[in-house]
Amino acid sequence: MSGRAGEKKLDLLITGVGGQGAILASDIIGKAAVVSGLSIRAAETHGMAQRGGSVVNHIRLGTDLGSMIPKKGADIMLALEPMEAVRYLDFLKDGGVIIVNTHPIIPVSVSSGLAKYPDVEEILDALSEKYLLKAFNADELAYEAGSRFAMNVVMVGAVSGYLPVPKEALLESVKALVPQKTIEINVRAFEIGRRNIEES
Amino acid sequence: MTTREYMLGNAAIARGLLEGGVQVIAGYPGTPSSEIIDTLASRRDRDYHIEWSVNEKVAMEVAVGAAWSGVRSAVTMKHVGLNVAADPFMTLTYTGTKGGLIVIVADDPSCHSSQNEQDTRRYAQFALLPCFDPSTPQEAKDMLPYAFEFSEKFEVPVIFRPTTRISHGKSDIELGEIPVKKPAPHFEKLLDRWVMLPKNARARHTQILSIQQPMEDALAESPWNSLELKSGAKLGVIGAGIASVYAKEALQELGLEASFLKIGTYPVPKKLILKLLETVETVLIFEELEPVVEEQVKMIAQESGILASILGKTSAYVSREGELDISAFLDALKKAFDLDIESDSEKLSLELAPRPPALCAGCSHRATFYSMKKVFGNDAIYPSDIGCYTLGIQSGTVETTLCMGSSISIASGLYHAGEKRPICCSIGDSTFFHTGMNSLLNAVFNKANITVTILDNRITAMTGHQPNPGVGYTVTGEPTVEVSLAELCKAMGVGSVTVVDPYKLEETQKAFKTAKDFEGTSVIIAKQPCVISGKRAGIRRVPYTVDPEKCEGCKQCIKFGCPAIEFDEENKCAIITSLCSGCGVCAQICKFEAITEVKR
Ligand code: SF4
Ligand code: SF4
Repeated sequence: MSGRAGEKKLDLLITGVGGQGAILASDIIGKAAVVSGLSIRAAETHGMAQRGGSVVNHIRLGTDLGSMIPKKGADIMLALEPMEAVRYLDFLKDGGVIIVNTHPIIPVSVSSGLAKYPDVEEILDALSEKYLLKAFNADELAYEAGSRFAMNVVMVGAVSGYLPVPKEALLESVKALVPQKTIEINVRAFEIGRRNIEES
Repeated sequence: MTTREYMLGNAAIARGLLEGGVQVIAGYPGTPSSEIIDTLASRRDRDYHIEWSVNEKVAMEVAVGAAWSGVRSAVTMKHVGLNVAADPFMTLTYTGTKGGLIVIVADDPSCHSSQNEQDTRRYAQFALLPCFDPSTPQEAKDMLPYAFEFSEKFEVPVIFRPTTRISHGKSDIELGEIPVKKPAPHFEKLLDRWVMLPKNARARHTQILSIQQPMEDALAESPWNSLELKSGAKLGVIGAGIASVYAKEALQELGLEASFLKIGTYPVPKKLILKLLETVETVLIFEELEPVVEEQVKMIAQESGILASILGKTSAYVSREGELDISAFLDALKKAFDLDIESDSEKLSLELAPRPPALCAGCSHRATFYSMKKVFGNDAIYPSDIGCYTLGIQSGTVETTLCMGSSISIASGLYHAGEKRPICCSIGDSTFFHTGMNSLLNAVFNKANITVTILDNRITAMTGHQPNPGVGYTVTGEPTVEVSLAELCKAMGVGSVTVVDPYKLEETQKAFKTAKDFEGTSVIIAKQPCVISGKRAGIRRVPYTVDPEKCEGCKQCIKFGCPAIEFDEENKCAIITSLCSGCGVCAQICKFEAITEVKR
């Protein structure tokens, strides 16, 4: 079952905040990969860390080894929140691609005055020095698509062009995994996210 | 054609149990093990009994009863759950089993969601029982039917030990067949097996010792251990369970020639270890948590007079704390051979705000803690327990957390030691049913003057919203008796029991005052469904908003700590975000009546 030849390997890290839908985003990619005949390993944050805490998902396409991406091993980082992009940077390759939703989520540590949220522009500047940065407000794009809750699917659309998985398979998996009533919105969100990167 | 599916590790484990023909499954929720039962309970065509038991000891005994009738059964729990079930477990070794019996215990290296990082393989050694240590979710699934057969062949229960990265990893999984024919139960009255009188226990101890070697021999032949000898390689690597995968990947990346022994079962395959030791000069051992394999390798080397250098945790090449990964293996190699391997990159100099997990917006625990603190004050002592509410540490009302159910007994101990300060402890509904009940009974019996707060959010929330005896339905959603916490407490002899709605601050604080003044053990039951399970059950509340005209910027609402409330520094005014679930507590806290329901 190991090492099917000709497979494209890709290590993707999805970071964000518990409740943003990082697990659904990785499920969409994972399910589509399996349908396309790729082997896949993923690691997720569950339990304690999910309650509004920082979350990170590892997704490894075309591997039959472990689910954990080594340090400096990720080809791409998909960050659903700007500060959470920085928190896991040591997993990203030098020169790797980083797609960031610029909409910040303020942690209670900041709103209660115990810590400061770094300036988003400063974050983006720092990121663009070492990595190939694609930054945009995915919350707004999701709103355009019909619901802010589709932000995660906008981001999947944004990364879709980099994945060794056909677009159709990803769309099928969006349809299979989102609630029935929201399929239309989520398909639109996917397309908007994808176009946004193609045109940038 | 084979079927492949993208699955969570725990779903793969559930599948493995099905493919092994399981007939009874019991467990108590605990991260990272909970989704095994969640998955099996949500299947439509169930031909097995499945339950969330009230605690791990009970769950194990249910599984044992089933297995003694000759059917295949399994029990699931997290690592610390085995401490609760240790009593039946340690004697189960002697009785053995008839039907296959698998004790699934999920370890949590790095304490992602746990109070310690104990290694279940130690329990296996302690109990003289075999243990399976899967390296991938696929292997986890494939091991289970084998584990059932093994358990039946040797008539012993077996331990199956996934770690967080197996249980919460995802993978494409190749599925196998689910058997349709299952045996009918028949309990044979083998009194010398099932009644552990001293005379029987002695005989059974002899028996379990006598099968250690045959079990080890059988396991060594199993597909879960494999030895690849590279001719001329001076380095040997032994990887156990999931750590073997990290080691393998690192060796591949480096293109390093090394002989490799992958271990997936215990007692360890001594023959294979000896073969490896005879051909190499250095052995590096890579395993999660305790140096279990390493100690065995050292014993084998010593017995056979082999002088190879054995590197691992006892010599600090590999850390004994936290979880391993590829980098940890590279670091060990670097240290052992002075290799020049590129180190981690420098971090950006940006200062990040911490983002620890917090109670949800509108969580009733936050409201209860607020009132508790108002009434009992800074001086009081606040023992607490294990659940979402442990996050209440931010409210200043969580001052001890030892293990499930301990809050009430620790409170009692503090009181009996002569502490003069008021003592108010907190415990969730599920944790109370788990082992808190015993502690309350003891507190009443021994006259502890404490206040016990049962945070009754009508669910076992932290582990993913599993039902408990207080909610009125079982794991499969079937209606069942709804046990009343208040009646239970009264029946145990508590003199002051009050049920409150924690969203109503005045009422709740009044009740806390009465409880504080009560001479003896008093109980407050703060009853309000968890916001997440409440939402799923269709509870809809109108969200709240701040009137910027009325807001004075005093930040009282901010201090309450609800994640839906932010402060606009520019306009010196609080704002409520879309996270608001409409509990209305902040509106009661605001002295200026600036917070009201959103008008429709
Ligand atoms: S009503 Fe207030 S305290 Fe309750 S969830 Fe909304 S903002 Fe938070
Ligand atoms: S307590 Fe009232 S006045 Fe003070 S900041 Fe909150 S809303 Fe504004």
